[in-house]
Amino acid sequence: MHASPTFGVLAHDVAHLLGGAMLVLSFVLLYQRRLTAMIHVYALQSLVLAAAAAWQGWAQGATPLYLVALIALAAKGIAIPIALRRILDRANIRREIETALGIFPSIILGLALVALAILVVPPGALRESLAFALSVVLLGMLTMIARRNALAQVIGFLSLENGLILAAVGIEGMPLVAELSIAVLVLLACVVCGVCFFRIRERFDSLDVSHLDRAGEAHR
Amino acid sequence: MSALELFSPAGLAPFCAFLAAAVLALVPSWRVGAWINVAASCLCFLAACWLPWLVGTGGPLLLVDRLAAHLALLTAFVAMTTSWFSLSYVNAEIAAQRIDRRRLRLYHAMYQLFVGGMLLALLSNNLGLTWVAIETATIAAALLVGLGRTSAAMEASWKLFIICGVGIVLALFGTALLYLAALPAVGPGLPAMNWSTIIPAAGRCNGPLLNLGFVFLLIGYATTAGLVPLHAWMADTYAEGPTPASAVLAGSMLNVALLVILRLRGIMAANATAIDPGPPIMALGLLSLLLAAFSLWRQRDVKRFFAFSTIGQSGVVAFAFGLGGPAAIFAGVLHMTLHTLIHASVFQCVGRAARLKGGQTFADIGGLIAAHRMFGLTLAAGIVALAALPPFGLFASEFLIVADTLRRAPLASIPLGIGLVAGAWALIMRLQSLCLGTPTPDRRSPPNTLAPDALALAPVWLQLAIVLLLGLAMPGPVVAWFTAIAGAAR
Repeated sequence: MHASPTFGVLAHDVAHLLGGAMLVLSFVLLYQRRLTAMIHVYALQSLVLAAAAAWQGWAQGATPLYLVALIALAAKGIAIPIALRRILDRANIRREIETALGIFPSIILGLALVALAILVVPPGALRESLAFALSVVLLGMLTMIARRNALAQVIGFLSLENGLILAAVGIEGMPLVAELSIAVLVLLACVVCGVCFFRIRERFDSLDVSHLDRAGEAHR
Repeated sequence: MSALELFSPAGLAPFCAFLAAAVLALVPSWRVGAWINVAASCLCFLAACWLPWLVGTGGPLLLVDRLAAHLALLTAFVAMTTSWFSLSYVNAEIAAQRIDRRRLRLYHAMYQLFVGGMLLALLSNNLGLTWVAIETATIAAALLVGLGRTSAAMEASWKLFIICGVGIVLALFGTALLYLAALPAVGPGLPAMNWSTIIPAAGRCNGPLLNLGFVFLLIGYATTAGLVPLHAWMADTYAEGPTPASAVLAGSMLNVALLVILRLRGIMAANATAIDPGPPIMALGLLSLLLAAFSLWRQRDVKRFFAFSTIGQSGVVAFAFGLGGPAAIFAGVLHMTLHTLIHASVFQCVGRAARLKGGQTFADIGGLIAAHRMFGLTLAAGIVALAALPPFGLFASEFLIVADTLRRAPLASIPLGIGLVAGAWALIMRLQSLCLGTPTPDRRSPPNTLAPDALALAPVWLQLAIVLLLGLAMPGPVVAWFTAIAGAAR
């Protein structure tokens, strides 16, 4: 990456440090094989996101970003991981997950995606932070593709969304950022509820609730 | 920002739907709920009828241009006719004890929430608001589709949710990038996210950032538009969800996404440093059309079959929008209008046929004309219209698109022609098995469902009559209206 005019300014350096930490955690998520560990890594990534949002809120003097940080801390860093853990504990599913892609190929692909993210982001003041965010988004997608397990795919989705919020907080003066963050949280809550619904029913050895409506088999 | 804009005349239609959703969530009786649903949909349509006179109004959050007014009117109309169909659908489902009474409360509330979200997305001026509205509608649609609680319905609902969820998250990333691109031209704050300010200033936006934002917005909203290769959720959703949900989904979800893509195309085309947006959109459209046309041949399930035909028509519209220019956009908007009306009609008929025969595969439904003349003929007319045969309107719009393609991108007309012919051929083959030939037995088990009467089929006839009228002799004011839409969209 070329030396940008913002290099050496404390506000940007700390933002880049936090963005880089999120990117590293995305890689950890990519090669993690155990569901519990994936949940922990996601929680950690969300906490870093909360720090990044709070830092940007201070650096830009933008109050709404503190709300974003609070959401990331309380909902994504604490509530969602706890909910996912409870789903995991209640549902009797295997902790080791199948990967559609081996560790080595997924890391190589992940590196290629980061290179792509750096290439496609045009030069400018926000180049580094956008490249970090875009990498986190792309790695989240790769995590979704590389796993066969539904819960692992959901964690990939959640991490993808962390990248999105990282991009949004990095853009100075972005309007509606707090509102959009809340709207995204609604989406995430629905995803987690959906998983919860699936898992509970998987415990009964069947996804089918035909005991509720046997007549409905052939017809809709 | 003023949330009060929802109370302005422009926001009346979505406001009606949201209010109805809140009321319906509180009404415990499903009978009353079903009627409230019809009444609210009619009110919503009346409110939408006002929109053409409000063109040019709006504020920071709402924007009524001709295209948005047109599509909102169309969405509200389809929602109204489908709510009428939904009334009998709900009665039959309850009578057959296929659905839990308590779940109907959720069903009606989600129906209105979905329609409200779609109307708001169409009329919104702000990309952030559009996003929130589409998200709301997606969640409502996922809940609607999962209503049956069978494993197939749950799976379809989950698929819709996850695929469209990833799509809209990418679209939000694109929205942030678009804001960044518009920043040098418009300045910070809300205006840099508003269509009404970005479009006139498109030429001064940051080209490279615009390109990146375009890619994300295109991928994101193409998922919602059901364009190949992001169409994986469509077939399951349409096949497993309640039929009224399929009818409104086919009508509105795709149109909203295509509207965003069309506006985005206008911005990209006006910027000299940005890439030409036409070829990617045209490629997605052609791919959708071709894949849908050949998938049609392999379908065993009637609703799945028409889901693929929806993907194909969405592809044709995307292709026309990608081609650009007044003639192609005129044809694209016309095509979008007509296929929405026809698909709503066909899904309403197919839903009734599935109920009559007790199954929704091609093996279950056959020989409708011999057994139920009026109903069979109506469905046959719908399928003929969908195959774009004259005298129906789709023939005119496809003719315009093909003619414009031959003139401006002759090579693209080869795959376009193959796709259109293969799709129409599949439709006609299936028309023969569904409507002609020896009838399959009706369902015997209780309740004894009767063939739909004239009252039940009236909305379908109305829709098909509009399609016929637009095909035979388009009235002067309608031509002027469509021309103005195409002219404004550039």
